[in-house]
Amino acid sequence: MTTAVEIIRDEPLTIGGRTFQSRLMVGTGKYPDMDTMVRAIEASGAEVVTVAVRRVNLDRSKESSVLHFLDPTKIFLLANTAGCYTAADAIRYARLAREAGFNDFVKLEVIGDEETLLPDVAGLLEAAKVLVQEGFKVLAYTNEDLVTALRLEDAGCAAVMPLASPIGSGLGLLNPFSVRTIKRRLHVPVIVDAGVGTASDACVTMEQGVDGILMNTAIAAAQDPVAMASAMRLATIAGRAAFLAGRMPRREVAMPSSPTRGMLD
Amino acid sequence: MDVVINGERRKVTSGTSLLDVLGELKLDPRAVVVEHNRRIVRRPALGDVKVKEGDAIELVHFVGGG
Repeated sequence: MTTAVEIIRDEPLTIGGRTFQSRLMVGTGKYPDMDTMVRAIEASGAEVVTVAVRRVNLDRSKESSVLHFLDPTKIFLLANTAGCYTAADAIRYARLAREAGFNDFVKLEVIGDEETLLPDVAGLLEAAKVLVQEGFKVLAYTNEDLVTALRLEDAGCAAVMPLASPIGSGLGLLNPFSVRTIKRRLHVPVIVDAGVGTASDACVTMEQGVDGILMNTAIAAAQDPVAMASAMRLATIAGRAAFLAGRMPRREVAMPSSPTRGMLD
Repeated sequence: MDVVINGERRKVTSGTSLLDVLGELKLDPRAVVVEHNRRIVRRPALGDVKVKEGDAIELVHFVGGG
């Protein structure tokens, strides 16, 4: 079978000195069970996999560490600071995550609003500056605001992660113009994070020319997460290939595809 | 004596170390990160840090997340 991967000429994705072949990154939350999660991650082809930092359950009758099911020698663990509402909390979680000893990357989230889970950009910038100083490779989850993205890059972030739409909403890419603008103006990788609902969303997002895409709920909450992970892998590749191929210009009027000459009298 | 582990008040033996606390909870020190009174304690030092009455200990690990 000939796949798009063989035809497109693409460079690998490099973030903070680490190089990845896959432009799709996936989360590990909200899966119906761990076996489905493992098979979905495999089907997605993702190398970067996000995890959260939480208290160990002391009676240990319930959940255990996600690391019982993932092999950190095969995937790149990207710890997040999900659930943090202040810069201080996010910094605390990032430090704890680094102490686990896998890498010094962190997906920095500082949430500003419980209903929308939109980022607190002031807190985000504050935390990013501190963590960059401490040697972290910061991937900053932000909104689709260009100026914030520029400030995050200035602060030394290794990547900027504008949202497609609110976390877990599945609304898809709401503001392609802003995401394209951020990509055009930044030098560090731009990874769209959050809001994708289905494969076409991933494809359209990658068609904007961004460097990668991160998703969790779109796969985990699909009726068949493993099949959706596979669809997302293909959509990410297709969107990237279409971007590199360069789309035709949009026209407001039709233009025939078949010759207008040679018609019968 | 009483300490607070992950927000729960718990009894531990006086003069016990953080490593002993993990042992009592049957937790593998390689699988958790330990914060003691808001300061991270690295694995090699866990046996050296003694726990005192009222100390706050946080034991964290990685769980599924996006």
